[in-house]
Amino acid sequence: MTNASNPAQSRSAGRRFSAGKIVAWGALILMIIITLVPLWWMIRTSLATNREMIADPKSFLPPGFTTLNYSRVMGFLSVEESRALGGSGTAINFFQYLRNSFIVTLAVLAGQLFFSSLSAYAFARLKFPFREKIFFLYLTALMVPGIVTLIPNYILIRSLGWMNTFQAMIAPTFLFSAFAIFFLRQFFLGINHELEEAGKLDGASVFGVFWRVVLPMSGPPLATIAILIFISTWNDYMWPLLVGSKEEVRVLTVALGIFRSQTPQGSPDWSGLMAGAVLGALPGVLMFALMGKRVINSIQFSGYR
Amino acid sequence: MTINPSPSSNTRTSNWLKMWTKGETWLAYLFILPGLVGFLTFFAIPAVRGLLFSFTNADMVSEAQWIGTQNFENILKDENFWHSLAVTVQYVLLNIPLQTVLAIGLAVLMNRLTQNMLVRGVLVLPWLIPNVVVALLWLWMLDPQLGLINQILTTLGMDRVPFLGNPSSAMASIAGINIWRHVGYTALLLFAGLQTIPKEMYEAAAIDGATEVRTFFAVTLPLLRPVLVFVLITSIIGSFQIFDTIAITTKGGPVDATRVIYWYIYNFGFERFKMGYGSAVAVILFLILGTITIIQLRLSRANTSDLD
Repeated sequence: MTNASNPAQSRSAGRRFSAGKIVAWGALILMIIITLVPLWWMIRTSLATNREMIADPKSFLPPGFTTLNYSRVMGFLSVEESRALGGSGTAINFFQYLRNSFIVTLAVLAGQLFFSSLSAYAFARLKFPFREKIFFLYLTALMVPGIVTLIPNYILIRSLGWMNTFQAMIAPTFLFSAFAIFFLRQFFLGINHELEEAGKLDGASVFGVFWRVVLPMSGPPLATIAILIFISTWNDYMWPLLVGSKEEVRVLTVALGIFRSQTPQGSPDWSGLMAGAVLGALPGVLMFALMGKRVINSIQFSGYR
Repeated sequence: MTINPSPSSNTRTSNWLKMWTKGETWLAYLFILPGLVGFLTFFAIPAVRGLLFSFTNADMVSEAQWIGTQNFENILKDENFWHSLAVTVQYVLLNIPLQTVLAIGLAVLMNRLTQNMLVRGVLVLPWLIPNVVVALLWLWMLDPQLGLINQILTTLGMDRVPFLGNPSSAMASIAGINIWRHVGYTALLLFAGLQTIPKEMYEAAAIDGATEVRTFFAVTLPLLRPVLVFVLITSIIGSFQIFDTIAITTKGGPVDATRVIYWYIYNFGFERFKMGYGSAVAVILFLILGTITIIQLRLSRANTSDLD
């Protein structure tokens, strides 16, 4: 922008730039506000009782302050107490749904992470017949939309007698993820061979080298994959709705859908619904708060899914 | 994605035999065995079964019978199918252009103004939250009586809008909700693409006295094209599969205004258990998405970058 040989031009360019810059910052800040206000509104609503909320529907701050909505949807209050607070009277047990969501998500996370890195390591380092052909087949899995396998997988789960079990929700993504294998293979291909050779000379087995040499130096890519697995499994709705809607195994997203359809049409239980919604949003937001930079970088990779 | 070129077939055969006898082969298969089982059980075999189902009258009650192309003929004759397809295309058209333009704008803003992680993080926050939560949140925001948006409208002296309750505005509202969730995420992917454009390109443009607008169209957009095409393909494919938001908010209503193709499949496959029929619709959807992807790749020459 500083072109000394032509001061007039540079001045006008400078002015245009700074005026444009104010508009640009204005647009960016507007987008941030549009992003944050609905999230704040969800929290604000969850902190007031339905009665307080209806009395003062516009106040930016919570029109009351109580955590009763949370204890109510967690199932810590009796049905009578809940109804007094504007609940529909049916028992809601988000404490359990939260636990179920964690069980499913963490199981998928552990399985997919371990088995995908095993596969990826073999594709990157070991020689075996049909290696390229199998890998190419895996890549086709990236291209085919989920709807194609949805009905057959549902029938499979039913015929296994797995309806309304945790394994029904965990199994399909437990052993295999084309994206995770593809992504980790790329990383393993880039690792220097020498460390692994040193491990072999020390008499370690292939698995020993993989477990004690390769995995410990793969923290960042494993974290990236872990974050993406967590988000997609935690947020999933359709599959758990189909195979795990029963109370005992119900995950949070499915429970929120049922809560929503049970709430009375005329006077919906907004405070309770928003308390449940906050619980559903919490892990994603917490993950961002704790490892923001890593999450952002992971998402930039996720595009290549 | 470099797949090693195969050696000539002669040496391959002998290598192949040698490898079988070596311990490494068995070990390698042991490494990939769990993944292979998962791939075959929940992806490859189901994909083939899905295709086979689409030629049967499978309904989970009686023995499935091969009925040839009967399902496909019935689907093409069903006006509800065409309605679902039209509604889905309507949604994609309401969603994708606005979302993409906003995301490009946002990505350029982030790239030019600030590298701050917090800004990017805040903008991507809605994407970290489940669809179901986002749908509930906006159901509340758009509530005709107490919702914040209508409160603001009445404060400004305008009429209340029954966003999700009116057939003419329901789909636009759903599109708006999903734009809110995805715009920051899409911008982040494009931002990553912008970061790969060499700084010298902008310096050269500045020396030539190009305006910001001209620089955008002459430098930024052409160089961003490969990433943009990729983002467009994945977001269009994702858009065709809209389900969660509708399942929570409108359930296909009002008056079938949001009865999208996924809802149609869900209804036939899992509510009426017409699995054969549902599979056939899934196959048709797969063909549609495949065609769109191929057309887009052809039109845009996505695999070549203008940088070369």
